[in-house]
Amino acid sequence: MGSVTVYGPPISTAVSRVLACLQEKDVDFKLVNVDMAKGQHKSPDYLKLQPFGQVPAFQDEHATLFESRAICRYICDKYANRGNQSLLGRSGGGPAERAQVEQWLEAESQSFNPPSSVLVFQLAFAPRMGLPQDPAAIELNQAKLARVLDVYERRLGESRFLAGDEFSLADLAHLPNAHHIFAARKDDMFASRKNVARWWEEISTRPSWKKVVDMYSAAPPA
Amino acid sequence: MGSVKVFGPAMSTAVSRVMACLLEKEMPFQLLPIHLPKAQHKSPDFLKLQPFGQVPAFQDGDGTTLFESRAICRYICDQFAGQGNRSLLGPEGGGAADRARVDQWVEAEAHSFNPPSSALVFQLVFAPSMRLKQDPAAIRENEAKLRKVLGVYERRLAESRFLAGNEFSLADLATDKAELLTSRKNVARWWEDISARPSWKKVLDMRGAPPA
Repeated sequence: MGSVTVYGPPISTAVSRVLACLQEKDVDFKLVNVDMAKGQHKSPDYLKLQPFGQVPAFQDEHATLFESRAICRYICDKYANRGNQSLLGRSGGGPAERAQVEQWLEAESQSFNPPSSVLVFQLAFAPRMGLPQDPAAIELNQAKLARVLDVYERRLGESRFLAGDEFSLADLAHLPNAHHIFAARKDDMFASRKNVARWWEEISTRPSWKKVVDMYSAAPPA
Repeated sequence: MGSVKVFGPAMSTAVSRVMACLLEKEMPFQLLPIHLPKAQHKSPDFLKLQPFGQVPAFQDGDGTTLFESRAICRYICDQFAGQGNRSLLGPEGGGAADRARVDQWVEAEAHSFNPPSSALVFQLVFAPSMRLKQDPAAIRENEAKLRKVLGVYERRLAESRFLAGNEFSLADLATDKAELLTSRKNVARWWEDISARPSWKKVLDMRGAPPA
């Protein structure tokens, strides 16, 4: 134990997805910053960890991995007996129960992530980086996201969390992008849907997520 | 015990992904076509199976229903672990790290390869046949993105036979855009290998069959 390293700036949505999972699983880790403004993510050494030059990368004594959702699944499988043990379905639930989580995790990845990522860039990061916003892109992606949230609203009217009655990796995966949309005060589409609002309140106030958000304002580690 | 059912048109890459996986696992299944031009995917009955109104949907013999092709594939690999190809999610008897080494490339395909290649196929293949105007800016942007991704694939495939290692896996399954892939030596070699698999040839046969 004690050999888990995550590479990347904590404010990156994909990096914080992994950090949230590690917190839920009570797995200690070291965070090594990657200075993207200085192009560290394209250095030959970093490309050995992550051949696409993206963040995060992950390393423990058994594996070096990339892609935040693959890393999260690995953390749940490898550290199965630690922390929250129902992130990929209850233990003993079998493939069908895991698959319920997996389909909503893929829904996050394929339906929620694309429009919300554009909004996160436009609303949270572009202003910070002094880049102009693109109103057409904002409008288009708000409309796409609204349709996804309509599906979520119906689903969350019949179950407490996306995959069922337990918080899972599927819910966790939404935390980073939604957080930035809320922080930019553009959360009307969440707030105006009763079940989505209830779900967001529950998942965003989990202690594990608060620990990740605290890391955003801490000084980046060396 | 009912049969395994896949709902959707065989031409869809996502539907083909599930069919190719079932074929690799030697699982018999029924393909129930969903006619997109007639908006069958938006019918109340279909929305019960797939709340986003997309294809595929999947139903196991015991009534388990699932959506999202990659989640369905992972389920098929887990539920039918003992039959057909047993190394789609890492070597047989492998552990969490082996599975994750495959999974990271499944995710890379989903996030890095699929978006630009789907956009290009739409622009270059479907738009003309649907008499829609092509978007030159979108073509340029997605060609540039795909070039970068294929550069990573080219370097990777110089050091291993398939994306996740020396065995064909879920990460290689249902790569569907032959016309875009042949200009790089290792990528071309890999495409020739994976497209020659009997399971993929069967999927292509099913596409060629007249619609129900």
